Amino acid sequence: MMAMLPAQAQFIPQGTDYLRILPELVLSVFGIVIMVMEPLVDEEKSQKTLGLIALVGTFVALVSTWYMGQSPGLAFAGTVQVDSFSVFFHFLVIAIAAVVILSSFEYMAVQKIRAGEYYALILLGTVGMGLMSSAVELVLIFIALEISSISTYILAGFRRHEGASSESSLKYFLLGSFATAFFLYGVALMFGATGSTNVALISRDLQSGSVPLLVYVATALMLVGLGFKVAAAPLHIWTPDVYEGAPAPVVGFMSTAPKAAAFAVLLRVVFAINAPGRFWLIWVAAALSMTLGNVGALVQTNVKRLLAYSSIAHAGYILVAFAMTSPDNSPVGISAVMFYAASYAAMNVGAFAVVSHFANAGERYVTLEDYEGLGRSSPLLAATLTMFLLSLIGIPMTGGFFAKFYVFSAALKANLIWLTLIGLVNSAIGAYYYLRVIVVMYMREARKPVPVTPVPAGLATALGLSVLATLYLGILPNRVLRYAQDSAQALISHAPEAAPDAASTAQSTSATPSR
Amino acid sequence: MNSPSLDSLILSLVTFAPLVGALLLIFFPRRDRDIRVFSLVVSLLTFVLSVHLPVYFHRSQMEFQYEIDRQWISSPNIHYHMGIDGISLWLVLLTTFLTPLCVLISWKSVHDRVKEFFILLLILETALIGVFTSLDLFLFYFFWEATLIPMALLIGIFGHERKVYAAVKFFMYTMIASVFMLAGILWLYAHTGSFDFLVIRDRIWTSAIPQFPAAAQWLFLGFFIAFAVKVPLFPFHTWLPDAHVEAPTAGSVLLAGVLLKMGTYGMLRFNLGLFPEQARRNAPWIMVLALIGIIYGALVAMVQPNMKKLIAYSSVSHLGFVVLGIFSFTQSGLNGAMFVMLAHGVSTGALFMLAGALHERRHTYEISEFGGLAAPMPVYATTYLFIVLASVGLPLLNGFIGEFLVLSGAFQDRAIYGILGATGVIWSACYLLWMYQRVFFGKVTHTVNNSLPDLLGFEKAAVWPCAIAALVMGVAPILWLAAIEPAAQFALGPFVQMASKAVIQ
Repeated sequence: MMAMLPAQAQFIPQGTDYLRILPELVLSVFGIVIMVMEPLVDEEKSQKTLGLIALVGTFVALVSTWYMGQSPGLAFAGTVQVDSFSVFFHFLVIAIAAVVILSSFEYMAVQKIRAGEYYALILLGTVGMGLMSSAVELVLIFIALEISSISTYILAGFRRHEGASSESSLKYFLLGSFATAFFLYGVALMFGATGSTNVALISRDLQSGSVPLLVYVATALMLVGLGFKVAAAPLHIWTPDVYEGAPAPVVGFMSTAPKAAAFAVLLRVVFAINAPGRFWLIWVAAALSMTLGNVGALVQTNVKRLLAYSSIAHAGYILVAFAMTSPDNSPVGISAVMFYAASYAAMNVGAFAVVSHFANAGERYVTLEDYEGLGRSSPLLAATLTMFLLSLIGIPMTGGFFAKFYVFSAALKANLIWLTLIGLVNSAIGAYYYLRVIVVMYMREARKPVPVTPVPAGLATALGLSVLATLYLGILPNRVLRYAQDSAQALISHAPEAAPDAASTAQSTSATPSR
Repeated sequence: MNSPSLDSLILSLVTFAPLVGALLLIFFPRRDRDIRVFSLVVSLLTFVLSVHLPVYFHRSQMEFQYEIDRQWISSPNIHYHMGIDGISLWLVLLTTFLTPLCVLISWKSVHDRVKEFFILLLILETALIGVFTSLDLFLFYFFWEATLIPMALLIGIFGHERKVYAAVKFFMYTMIASVFMLAGILWLYAHTGSFDFLVIRDRIWTSAIPQFPAAAQWLFLGFFIAFAVKVPLFPFHTWLPDAHVEAPTAGSVLLAGVLLKMGTYGMLRFNLGLFPEQARRNAPWIMVLALIGIIYGALVAMVQPNMKKLIAYSSVSHLGFVVLGIFSFTQSGLNGAMFVMLAHGVSTGALFMLAGALHERRHTYEISEFGGLAAPMPVYATTYLFIVLASVGLPLLNGFIGEFLVLSGAFQDRAIYGILGATGVIWSACYLLWMYQRVFFGKVTHTVNNSLPDLLGFEKAAVWPCAIAALVMGVAPILWLAAIEPAAQFALGPFVQMASKAVIQ
């Protein structure tokens, strides 16, 4: 890496360099503290104590993200960039981690899982995800991707005594490493083709002259790696199995935070690099993900699997926004992706929080049949889940509606009429299976009553936050949208300090041979 | 600083008053009586607020009134833009008029999960009013979709035997169809940068959208299919009988009374307002579908053994009249269409309430289970007859005015439409009066029916306002038409232009 930047070979980090990875530092410190403390605290108490420390860690990280956002710019020899784009994703993944930690307190106790490593891994995984959003150097992106992935591989296997959980973890690990290898290969080829791993330099290089064939291959390989991470078809096969076996709060986490981070990377690869030849790849992936996700979900009886397929479909909706190729449309596409990632996080984390509470010890109650009559036995919990499901359908007043609306209006603006129609029809079909859950909860009487324990304070807070976020994004999306739009501008127009002229080149019409 | 006057706030007040009521209800303890009383108060309050609208409405004015236009979201450019004209005015009133009656008719019949029921009912009211008051396409779609959930839940939770099937069918049908409208709305936004109905209409009328001619037909169809399913126009009507039969009484009343009108209102406002040329071009086959609806609906209604299904099919027939009137592009056709909408809302709403009252007593809608009810239930029978006659179209009652106007409009357009449509009036007399005869005349065939109680106090309170409205509408239609006429005239503006162009050429 240093070899690529010979001028900065004797690079010595300054104060601002550390400031610009402050959230990562904070999270790492808290993660390590938790690891160290684990054997020291009493096992009975450890659950709560460690969880609270982790929660405090996320709060401190949120504050330091804000602080970091006050001094935008490059750090560590132009490998890390702080701008509104990376701040947005930092906020998002750390907030997700916080809500997931809140909703895990009770789950950990009920499932009798030792909590230390669990919370530490969530924090460390978040470090990777945060870094993914701010890294502007492909090798660093790869490292961040690995940090985030390895944590999630382990988290998926946390229900140690369950075969399904180990299977989930192993499957995720094997296929995941395969996918990261693809990504790395893509990075290597990109370096071979352009002589750089820096996003801005690559982008400049690609715009300045003819594009070698190698770049297309590199782009395709990187897309494969990232497509796996976001569970886009046809790289989605792992999702249902992994989600089914992994602990429910972890699924809430890994279906949103690493995905959001992977989408951040994808945004960089697609829009900042302005990778050529991606149009049809993304078009097909989007159409396939939406269709296969929704059709697959239609026949599921396990709620976790159902939500797994739904997450494939949602990845597809998000991918629609990536199919925008002309530079005038890309800001709209980018902000659509960012908004979607945020609202999907709010509703999905919430939905999985309900599912994990309801699942009870050993995750016994996760089939649709178990949800029968929930509307009567615990009306508030059912109403909350209904809220999230309605948001996933895309019913007005919820973030999910706005997210979809924004993606599709961006797509139509870019004249992607067919993709929009496929997406819209899909979202109508998708309504059916979410509705099925609602139907089961409200319109059927319980055949065998399922015990529902009272909702503890931590979970209630987590649910409250998710509901608020979902409604806020659905009714007053203006602020978040504005912020996303500013970030979009930042993403496509940013320039490394070393090359101030890149800004103007990146904005001018590129000679992309796509479409 | 100009302080917001009542005129610009009244629409928001009317629209959101029920929602506020519903939110307050969430925090109510589960004391059913209090919940019922509170819902009644909220819905009556909404009605009282809405009475402000016709009282201070400038009848001669063609423009939208009580407008409020605030930016809601800056990019995409979405406005909180509301306003009503003579068309939406009465539909808002119809909604606020029927909702308290729905609360009353559900007084006794809903006894399980009462809180949820009234919360859903009030949310539904807000969504319905919102559909008629929005002038921003996004806002319109927002409310349009928002009606779906409470209605589907009302059917699915509080309905009868096959409620789940009916609820899901209702939901999926309308959801899938409205997706095409969303595509149309998004297209319009992508090419005009605005969701504002008035802005888009101006752009279209002045041909300021470059790619519009090529896309217009698809846009027209996108909107049309969403509305046609809602109306429902033949052959998209199959969800309706299921939904009606399974829905609780209040659900049926609002479904027939208001929800179906969302479709015809949409055709009138958007299909005619935004795409006049395409409307004119597509009118022939739409008229044919409407005529099929009128006749087919009536014939199917005639052979129904189930009273509620019979009324449901009669809705298909009556709504056919509305579509016929709208696509005749004549003043009397449009006036009539509007009037049929209102008349159908009142009288079919009342019919569903009466059928529901009978179901309360015998837990069946089968016509063959009854007979000779006139003897044990005289007040009920008289009220029923009054409403049936209103629905059949007896002069001096509300059904007559609308159908007469629609048919005269259809005649002006093409005589055969008028002639075929007119048979619908005969059919409706056949099935309704025959049903009445089988239920009320003759001897009591099932002994249980001898001891059925007559109309109860709260049922009278629910049905009689409809009967009175039916009478007043029949005697003094001018009260309604005075506001409708200018709006209809304005809606016809582009068609008159087109016709005069055609003459010149």
